[in-house]
Order: sequence, then C-alpha cells, then structure tokens
Amino acid sequence: MKMEQEAKEYTLSVLTEDKPGLLNRLTIIFSRRKINISSLNVSSSEVAGVSRYTLVVTETKEHLEKVVKQIRKLVDVLGAFVYDEDQIFYQEIALYKVAASAFEQNGMIEKLVRNNGARIIALDKDHIIIEKTGTKHETHELYLALEPFGILEFVRSGRVAISKSKRKTEAFIKELESSRSNKLSIKDF
Amino acid sequence: MEAAVEIKEKKETVLGSEALLKCLLKENVDTIFGYPGGAIMPVYDSLFKYENKLKHVLTRHEQGAVHAAQGYARSSGKVGVCFATSGPGATNLITGIADAQIDSTPLVCITGQVASHLLGSDAFQETDIIGISMPVTKWNFQVSSADEIPYAISRAFYIAASGRPGPVLIDITKNAQQELMEFKYKSCEKIRSYQPYPDVDEDKILEASKLINEAEKPLVLVGQGVTLSGAEKEFKQFIEKAGLPVASTLLGLSALSTKHPLYVGYTGMHGNYGPNLKTNECDLLIAVGMRFDDRVTGDVNKFAKQAKVIHIELDPAEIDKNVKTDVAINADAKQALKLLTPEVQEKSYESWLKEFKNCDDKEHEKVKSQALFPEDGELKMAEVIHQISQITEGKSIVVTDVGQHQMVASRYYQFDQKKSNITSGGLGTMGFCLPAALGAKLGTPKRQVIAIIGDGGFQMTVQELGTIMQYNIDVKILILNNNFLGMVRQWQELFFERRYSFTEMTNPDFVALANSYNISAQRVSERAELDDRINEWLSTEGPSLLEVMVEKEENVFPMVPTGSSVSDVRLE
Ligand SMILES: Cc1ncc(C[n+]2csc(CCOP(=O)(O)OP(=O)(O)O)c2C)c(N)n1
Repeated sequence: MKMEQEAKEYTLSVLTEDKPGLLNRLTIIFSRRKINISSLNVSSSEVAGVSRYTLVVTETKEHLEKVVKQIRKLVDVLGAFVYDEDQIFYQEIALYKVAASAFEQNGMIEKLVRNNGARIIALDKDHIIIEKTGTKHETHELYLALEPFGILEFVRSGRVAISKSKRKTEAFIKELESSRSNKLSIKDF
Repeated sequence: MEAAVEIKEKKETVLGSEALLKCLLKENVDTIFGYPGGAIMPVYDSLFKYENKLKHVLTRHEQGAVHAAQGYARSSGKVGVCFATSGPGATNLITGIADAQIDSTPLVCITGQVASHLLGSDAFQETDIIGISMPVTKWNFQVSSADEIPYAISRAFYIAASGRPGPVLIDITKNAQQELMEFKYKSCEKIRSYQPYPDVDEDKILEASKLINEAEKPLVLVGQGVTLSGAEKEFKQFIEKAGLPVASTLLGLSALSTKHPLYVGYTGMHGNYGPNLKTNECDLLIAVGMRFDDRVTGDVNKFAKQAKVIHIELDPAEIDKNVKTDVAINADAKQALKLLTPEVQEKSYESWLKEFKNCDDKEHEKVKSQALFPEDGELKMAEVIHQISQITEGKSIVVTDVGQHQMVASRYYQFDQKKSNITSGGLGTMGFCLPAALGAKLGTPKRQVIAIIGDGGFQMTVQELGTIMQYNIDVKILILNNNFLGMVRQWQELFFERRYSFTEMTNPDFVALANSYNISAQRVSERAELDDRINEWLSTEGPSLLEVMVEKEENVFPMVPTGSSVSDVRLE
C-alpha cells in the first residue's frame, strides 16, 4: 500500500505576462481539483510587464506538483514555483480598527502595539487603526490580544513572499526569450 | 528601386472583418465551417467577396461546424477553422471545443461578439464566451478593436498547432469587425511565455535505451502523439529494430498498421484480451504519445505495477500525472524516437510474442469467432465492420461516434494506413461522427471516408445530412441500428441487473430520412444480402447511407469493467 502524503502549507509563486483574464485561468486549475486557495496576492514584479501571483494552499506535494505543471502550461505563464516555509521569507499585513474610547481607557493598547511590533497608523476621535506586518500567526496573536477591547473591523492581506533562491527573474525571462528550452521543465522550484 | 520598395510597403486600409479573412489566407486556410448571425455579419459580408479564395461550408448547427472542423483537422493535419455568432452560436461550439481540447485537436474558433461598448451589459445575444470557454481552450482572446486582429489570429494559429495541439477561441466584437485598420501581417514564431518544444534530455534517451535493451518482456503502448507528431515512420523503425510488441490506445489506432507482425492489438476498456492482460505481466512498458487515460488503465493502482515505465510525452503535465514513470522523455515523439532508435539493440522476443498470440487465440475462440462468423441469428456489428474492412482493405478513413459501434469498429476495422482513425476519445461525444466525417472528407478529398454511427448518436447531429446534401460531400454513412442506446444498455445489463431505464428507442425510417435529403440509402437485415449491400453502398457515387439492423442486445467483449484492474479483463 502506498502511503498517502500529508498535506502541508505551500507557497506558490507564479510569474506571468501582465494580461487580463489570467487570474481566472489560474484559479480554474485549483477549483477543478477542489483545492482551496487560502491566500492570494497579485502584484507587479521587478521586471516591467511581468506580474507575480503569490498563492498559499494546503496540499500534498504530489498533488501540488501536478497543479504546478498545469499552471506552467498556461500560455501567458512565464514560470511557476512551489516553496515550503523554509524556502521563503514571507509577510502578511493586518489592519485592526479599535474604538478610540477603548484606547483612551488605559495604556494597555499602546503597550500591546509596542510589544507586538505593530504601529498606529490613524487616530481620530472615534477610532484608531493599528497596523501589523508579520506571519499569520503573529497577526493572529495580536488579534487575540486586542479582542477583549473590541475590534470593530479587521482585515488581513494575502501573503507576499520572496524566495531564498538565487535565481534572478530578469535572467530567467531572458533565458526564455533566447532559448527554445522549456519553461515547463525548469527544475529550480 | 526605392519607389518599388515603397509601393510594396504601402499599407492597405481594410475593414476589420476583411482583415480577419486576409489573416486566414496568410495562415493557408482554405476551408471554414460556420453559421452566421447578427454579431458576425460583417465577417460574412466580407466573406461574400472572398468566396473564390475561402470555401465556407454552412453547417446546420454550430456543433456541426466545430465537429466538422475537428474532422478536417484530424484528417488533414491542418488547423480546423470555424465561425459562429455571439450568444447561442458561441455556446453551441462548446462541446466541440471541449472535445478538441481533450483530444488535442488544433482548432481556431472565431466568434462574433456584441459591440465593445455593450460588453458586460447583458446585451442581446451577449454571453461571456471568453469566460465560458476558458477551461476548455488552450488559449482564448477577445478582440475589441480592429488593429488587434492580426496579432490575435497569428497567435491563435501558432498556439493551436504547436506543441500539444488544441483549440483556440478568438472572440471579435462587432465594432472591431466594422472599423478600418491598416493591414499588416506577420505570422507568430515565438511567444516567450510559451515553449511548446522542449529540448530533449539526452541522458533520458540513454536511460530509456538501457531499460529497453535489458527488457525481457517489453510492451509498447502507442497513442495519438505519434500521429500528431507525424512520427509513424520513426515509430515503425523503432519498434522493428528493437523487436517490440505494440498495443494501441483508441486514439493511437492507425499509427501502426494492424497487419504489422509486431502489432498485438488494441488496449483499454474494450480492447483486446492480450494487451490488457499482458500490461500486468510485462517487465517494461513503453508509452509513446499517450496519457494513461482511465479507459486505458482501469484501476490505476493495479496498472503495470510490476513493470518499469518509460513515458515519451510532449506535454510535461501528463508525465507522472496518472502513472509514475521510471524514465520520462519530455519530447515530441518524432524527435525522441529519432534519438532513441540508434541506441536500441536489434532484438526479437519470440516466446513473448507467442504469449500474445495465445491470448489472441483465446479471444478468438471466446469472442471473435462468434462475433465475426455467426451462422444464424441477427446480424452482429462485428461482422459488418469486418466485411467493410475486407472490402476497403483497411485503407479508408473511419470516423466513429460513441458507443458499442465505436468499440466494435475500433476492434475490427483493420487499419492499414496512417491518419485513418477519427473518433471522439477523451470526451466521448455522441453526435461527433456525422459532422466530423464531412469535415474529414473535405480535409482529404482523395480518401474514402466512412462514418460509422449508432442510431442514438446519428440523431444527435442528423441535421448535418443537409450540409452533406448541399455540398455533395462524399461520405459513406453506416448506421448500426440496434434500436437501443446500446452501450448504456450493455452497462444496465451487466451492472444494473437489466433495468433498461430509458435506453430503448423508437426510431424514424432512416432510409426515408436520408432520401428526403436526396442521399441514396438502403437498409439490410439479412446476412445473405450483407455483402452486396455493402458493395453497392460503397460504390455509389457521392454520399450514401446504409442502415444495418443488428442484434438488439449484443454486448461488446472483452471488457475491463470500470474500476477493475486490466488483468481482470472479461471475455464474457
Ligand atoms: C452527448 C452524449 N450524451 C450521452 C452519452 C452517454 N452514452 C455513451 S454511449 C451511449 C449510447 C449510444 O447509443 P447509440 O448511438 O445508439 O450507439 P450504440 O452504443 O448502440 O452503438 C450513450 C447514451 C454520450 N457519450 N454523449
């Protein structure tokens, strides 16, 4: 009997041409296989005209590799890479809205902000906005700490991640332009 | 001199609709299958004056147009082209596009769309065909201004035909068709984010040849990849040098002549006994241009577990998807085989081949002899196919629909020429055959095209008899009529205790129906008359139809029931 691999959290980094409709094409590959995307971020990359999608999913490596191959097959995808936690630096940003009255009660909130490496980015007569950048675990910790004071609104961004790999995006794309080599077989995950 | 250059470079101002046709001509398109409507009328208006350069075939349904384009593409090896209007016209293409996607058929489908200022507003006959077709196209693109047309079309043809082929949809808004643009065309040669042909890893070739040279019971499974790559010759050289027995998948049929001494049969759910059984006995499985579909593998956890696996495959996403490989060669079949053949030793496997022969004898005794040479009773599908195969010497293009007749045709037609098998494999689309056959005939006018259809599937796209009549397309249509949705009935008999839930059909008079389309037709139900009727039918000039009344409750065997192992292939 084959052992079922265990599902783990992985971060996917997908480099694409900056074209409309691609997000849809990408997410179809996940939804077909009923894989839940737990976080998604789209931004420009360091190369003009190239977008970077960062996705977080919990899956077995084996299943995910099949998904990645299907992503690489999309015509406008330049490259797709899977990383586990050790292979990347990553952050998420969280914003918390707390009533000004709670803030004024005592110095507790201010202390929490300081101790958690967060900061206050807005302060008006009704409420304050706290910002914290960190891992999901860290932003969640602060959430729990602030909860007793009443959180009026909370939002957390998708994960942004940078790999520890030495590969340079620009050189990678240059290579695609000059060679007939297959983006699909590039091993450097 | 300078003046001449200038004249040559002088740009031509044309309407977007005409630019589209000019692009198609640049891509060497000669035939378009289509159906007009409001949102594509400017294109049809331009087509009026291109009538002599571009043959447009008006089908009777957009599904007919797309299947015809598929048949055209698969017989000719060129890209199939179809036109449809927005909304219902476009959605009617979807089944064929999905079929082409799963069976790797190069298509460029052009749809009209409402004017760009109306997009997203639920305008009359607006559907989001880009969104709808996204999961079933290799690529799609919406053109909303005329000057994007050459870009879109050049990419469309490049993407559809290169690498693992597939369907592309280009949606063109009405305003883009009506705008003027300066026409300039450059065919697409490279897209940096799309690398259709991998460099072959020579180490893998050596690893594969080592496994082949050491094997004692090797078996090759050939798929459509060989046909798509045009590698029939290289494939034959490879297996002949290494002495390898070859079994074919459904779509691999006709890549190697069934008469070849190393050909051991057809594999998969209704394939031959030997290839299924021996898949679980071989020590090396060499898969060439096939994708281990579940209709081939049965229970994949019990598939060829004892064997080492070599997979030669162009699409990297297919490698290790269903079956884990020991050596994967990610390459076009032709290129890989050219490199592999010099590395393999000349060998032969007499006793191993004999085992296949023994299996075949057993299949003959249990299945074939009764199916092919019954002495009494109603006509059987197999004997009809066998007769046709004998008469045509296996040299015709055989287009089949989906069901029992398809499996029987695949089992008993003895393909002797390449690119002769056209069927809906991956999607199993009933209604595929009739339009695909007319397309196949237009793609290869010199070859005889035989359409083999069940009474159920025939009625799914029967309206295309009108197209066959109007353009006098010489297809020979065979209906194997069992007055049942036969394949479903077979499953009901075997797995649902004979509860024939909605599978019996009351059919029209097919002969009269064909006659009403001016297509000559006859019906046969007597064994003694079969030969003559087939000969008459095949020698009739122009399109003709033969309806053969066959046994109502015949089952196709062998069979690997869904979810079973290939070694559990049943002979009865
Ligand atoms: C569009 C579509 N609908 C339903 C099916 C399911 N199906 C597969 S085979 C079959 C029966 C086909 O009957 P017929 O065309 O008479 O051929 P036979 O099996 O009798 O040769 C059906 C309904 C299908 N493959 N395609």
